[in-house]
Amino acid sequence: MFYREAGQFKTSYTADQAAFPIAQDRIFIAIWLFIGFVAVPLLSNEYLFRAIFIPFLILALAALGLNLLVGYCGQVSLGTGAFMAVGAYAAYNFWTRIPGLNPLVAFMLAGGVATIVGILFGIPSLRIKGFYLAVATLAAQFFLDWVFSRIGWFTNYTPSGSIAVPPVELFGFAFASPVSKYLLCLTILVLFAVVAKNIVRGRIGRSWMATRDMDVAAEIIGIRPMYAKLSAFAVSSFFIGVAGALWGFVHLESWEPLAFDINRSFSILFMVIIGGLGSIMGAFLGAAFITVLPLFLNQLPTWIGIEVSTAMISHIEFMIFGALIIFFLAVEPLGMARMWRIGKEKLRLWPFPY
Amino acid sequence: MAFFIEVLISGLMAGVLYSLVALGFVLIFKASGVFNFAQGAMVLFAALTFVRLIDILSETFAPILLSLAITIVVMIVLAIVIERLVLRPLVNQPGISLFMATLGIAYFLDGFGQSIWGSDVYALDIGIPKDSMFILESVFEGGILVSSEDLVATLIAGVLVATLAIFFQRTRVGRALRAVADDHQAAQSVGIPLNYIWVVVWSVAGLVALVAGAVWGSKLGVQFSLSLIALKALPVLILGGFESVVGAIVGGLIIGVGEKLSEIYLGPIIGGGIENWFAYVLALFFLLFRPQGLFGEKHIDRV
Amino acid sequence: MRTFLKLKLVLLAMAAGSTLFSVPAVFAAEQFFPLLVYRSGPYAPNGIPFANGFVDYFNMINARDGGINGVKITYEECETGYATDRGVECYERLKGKGPTGASVISPLSTGITFALTEKTHTDKIPIITMGYGRSESVDGSVFQWNFPLLGSYWTAADILVQHVGNLNGGLNKLKGKKITLIYHDSPYGKEPIPLLEKRAKMHGFKFSKIPVTHPGVEQKSAWLQVRKNRPDYVFLWGWGIMNSTAIKEAAAVRYPRDKIYGVWWAGAEPDVRPAGAGAKGYQSITLQHSAGKTAVHADILKYVHDKGNGSGPKGDVGHVLYNRGMLNAVVSIEAVRTAQGKFGKKSLTGEQVRWGIENLDLDAKRIKELGIDGMMQPLKVSCSDHEGSRRARIHQWDGNNWNFVSDWIEADNSLLRPMVETAAANYAKDKGITPVTCKS
Repeated sequence: MFYREAGQFKTSYTADQAAFPIAQDRIFIAIWLFIGFVAVPLLSNEYLFRAIFIPFLILALAALGLNLLVGYCGQVSLGTGAFMAVGAYAAYNFWTRIPGLNPLVAFMLAGGVATIVGILFGIPSLRIKGFYLAVATLAAQFFLDWVFSRIGWFTNYTPSGSIAVPPVELFGFAFASPVSKYLLCLTILVLFAVVAKNIVRGRIGRSWMATRDMDVAAEIIGIRPMYAKLSAFAVSSFFIGVAGALWGFVHLESWEPLAFDINRSFSILFMVIIGGLGSIMGAFLGAAFITVLPLFLNQLPTWIGIEVSTAMISHIEFMIFGALIIFFLAVEPLGMARMWRIGKEKLRLWPFPY
Repeated sequence: MAFFIEVLISGLMAGVLYSLVALGFVLIFKASGVFNFAQGAMVLFAALTFVRLIDILSETFAPILLSLAITIVVMIVLAIVIERLVLRPLVNQPGISLFMATLGIAYFLDGFGQSIWGSDVYALDIGIPKDSMFILESVFEGGILVSSEDLVATLIAGVLVATLAIFFQRTRVGRALRAVADDHQAAQSVGIPLNYIWVVVWSVAGLVALVAGAVWGSKLGVQFSLSLIALKALPVLILGGFESVVGAIVGGLIIGVGEKLSEIYLGPIIGGGIENWFAYVLALFFLLFRPQGLFGEKHIDRV
Repeated sequence: MRTFLKLKLVLLAMAAGSTLFSVPAVFAAEQFFPLLVYRSGPYAPNGIPFANGFVDYFNMINARDGGINGVKITYEECETGYATDRGVECYERLKGKGPTGASVISPLSTGITFALTEKTHTDKIPIITMGYGRSESVDGSVFQWNFPLLGSYWTAADILVQHVGNLNGGLNKLKGKKITLIYHDSPYGKEPIPLLEKRAKMHGFKFSKIPVTHPGVEQKSAWLQVRKNRPDYVFLWGWGIMNSTAIKEAAAVRYPRDKIYGVWWAGAEPDVRPAGAGAKGYQSITLQHSAGKTAVHADILKYVHDKGNGSGPKGDVGHVLYNRGMLNAVVSIEAVRTAQGKFGKKSLTGEQVRWGIENLDLDAKRIKELGIDGMMQPLKVSCSDHEGSRRARIHQWDGNNWNFVSDWIEADNSLLRPMVETAAANYAKDKGITPVTCKS
């Protein structure tokens, strides 16, 4: 009832090919954008911004990037943390070495560097498949970790190998307050999401999906696997690189290679799979889930007034987190995005399900 | 020269220790096609259970043996629980979902083990000699250092591999396992109970985890970091192939020697601390020539 | 849709929760301390006793004195797992609690310290990094909110070099000697390198360094290199399981343990116990205190543990890291007490507590009154010197106990200060900070 597309006639090819052909979808998106840009800034406090919203937005961007690679092109990567690190360190180097460079430009250049590195580490995907590839991408993780902690040039020879940056300044405005940081990240995320949405429904996206479903078959119908796979690595790494630059410059402001270690890679992969492979919406849902859940579990006993030792809380948090992952996979292996779709189907028929 | 031999030997022994962990991965992948990331957590869990039970049972006549027996039972129960609660609901799902589920198991076990047994570091003494020996002292000045601890570990690993080989080749269950590995449906159609086989293979993997945990634990002390050694077993896996027990052993040796030699001879030149990624790069290099690992099975794709 | 609703609910619940808790419910004066701890994960064996000491001392003061001059101490633990992003989240969660917000924060991780240095500056909350953190933060004119009390890593490295110099009959006798640093490959482990390189140049000893990757369970190749090069001394800059593993590997290659000197984070019971007999003779620098009990421990046992409120096993009271956590609590509380002298006996803000730390002056008499005689040297903090004391002793593990084997050694500030000032000036330039002028 609420979600019925009957009566919405398309009178032109442009309308038929729109990103969101159904009016309700457009309304939903508008509502979400309103919530994101207006409601949240008005209602949230500093803690929510710094501890939840900003990390959520940046990680959602990274998850979006990884989803392009894993969900759309079917190439599993465990090196996301490293590509984020590439973005962060590249942005830092552009920013320190080119005086007066606009940070946004530095972020985009950093994304470019991440793209190149991504393509380099994507080359083995031409020969290696499945879990072999997943483990092989760990080579990128460990190698790049090492590079950034060992080669002084990347950290501008700070003795401890840790980097500190001042707040991002654009056109004379310093993004120092949590709200401004939040809006900066949100704007970037929305722009990238639009780009991603359009890539995946275009020719490149379709060639990725064909490769994912069966690469031999895709090759036979004329898709160049090298081009498809490497372009997926490139685009995905660009997204992840920008996310890494934001993570360093906007969220942490001071970091060391450990901020981008293998746990980061895993958590982003979690987001993609829990959220839903091959779905833009899934990246957002997954990022929200994985960012909020541990904090929620961690604080739950305090709220309901149970005295539990800190160690126990953290162990229980681990256990529930693990159990929930298994539960989710058992209930809906295709992720939260799939639940969202089922929900839409139900809404379409409601209240007369037959 | 003496130093080179020393490095070589220590590399081989480190390799054997990696193989021990990699074996657990291989067993499960072979029989169920699951890339079990929880193997590291299982190593930690088994070792923690083992060492804490020794402590609790220290008043009895044979604390180590009793604790060993109980831990084995615990690992078998764990296998049954995993089969019931994780594998059965997820049957016929794509490999990536199962992989994620094992990550969930890993998280759960890390939290569970620590909440029951604590997060301290526990010394494990099961009688493995700790002194190192110096051999060939007449040939080289200062002799060649061989850690007897590692030597014992190597022996244990050897026995374990031999046992597993016999188990796979000669027993009924072993043959059923290989059949399941080849084709789930075909195996089921000739009357092999899939669920039972999974319990068996996860139990065996649990026992391998216990052995690995005991060996590593007596070397390092039982502590959370044990679960991270799973990461050291991964390059071994891709090098040796996910499906091959022999591959796990040979891969382990190559990785062990490769990373030690690289750290000692290449490390000082380019800054040190390279052994971690070098293992992966080495494995990757091999993969470029044999994409399914040294001993992996070649899959032919059909449209 | 439903999932979204759920998420929204979660967020709302969290919002409600955090606002609920930021409103003071009690009217009596309270002083809130956030505690960033790690009681699980790879570094838990070291994090647990530290946190226990911290909490026990707070509870003891509340039970014995009814708080700091009547102002009740409240605290909340937050588990960081030694991870920087979790540490930042904990800080954000706890900084606004209590009637006046967090008084002072002790992150217990060099990585978290680096990440918080900026944020505490804007939030006006002082940060005490007792024996860790940025070495250059000693310069209070740039790092107004950082207090690396009792010694930075440069201080530690300097004292260790002086100690081995003394053993050889003078620093100039170190010429031609070989010193190897085995370090945790992180900002923490890298901190001492500039100082050691400088000292190596001054005295002509050969300095080499071997990194060990986190978490440090794989050190065979590092120690084979030690066996080959046979350095005269090995300095160990490890943390957690890396320390005990290092000592075990040293025993395996038969490198004499009494030639190994750990930093103060590599000189506690969890570092040597797992290595068993192999650890006998191992030495480390102390952060002024070693294991052992003094008058204050009797009070802790009486007022906290005997009442059943102890946060850890009774047997751990008086261990090295327990004492360190306890001393960290002592200086935090004394800083508040100092600040109360100026601002009155009420709940103080972070800014006021900062004044208290900067004017902290614990002389021998006061240390005795506090019941920590022998565990601390007089500590006098000033605007330009946020370290307060630069002295330490070496202690040695005899298989069961730690024993002091050296006199007090003072780091050479004429050497350290220029390094501190240069590094701090660089930092100020990078960050666009204008240093304040210190009167003293």
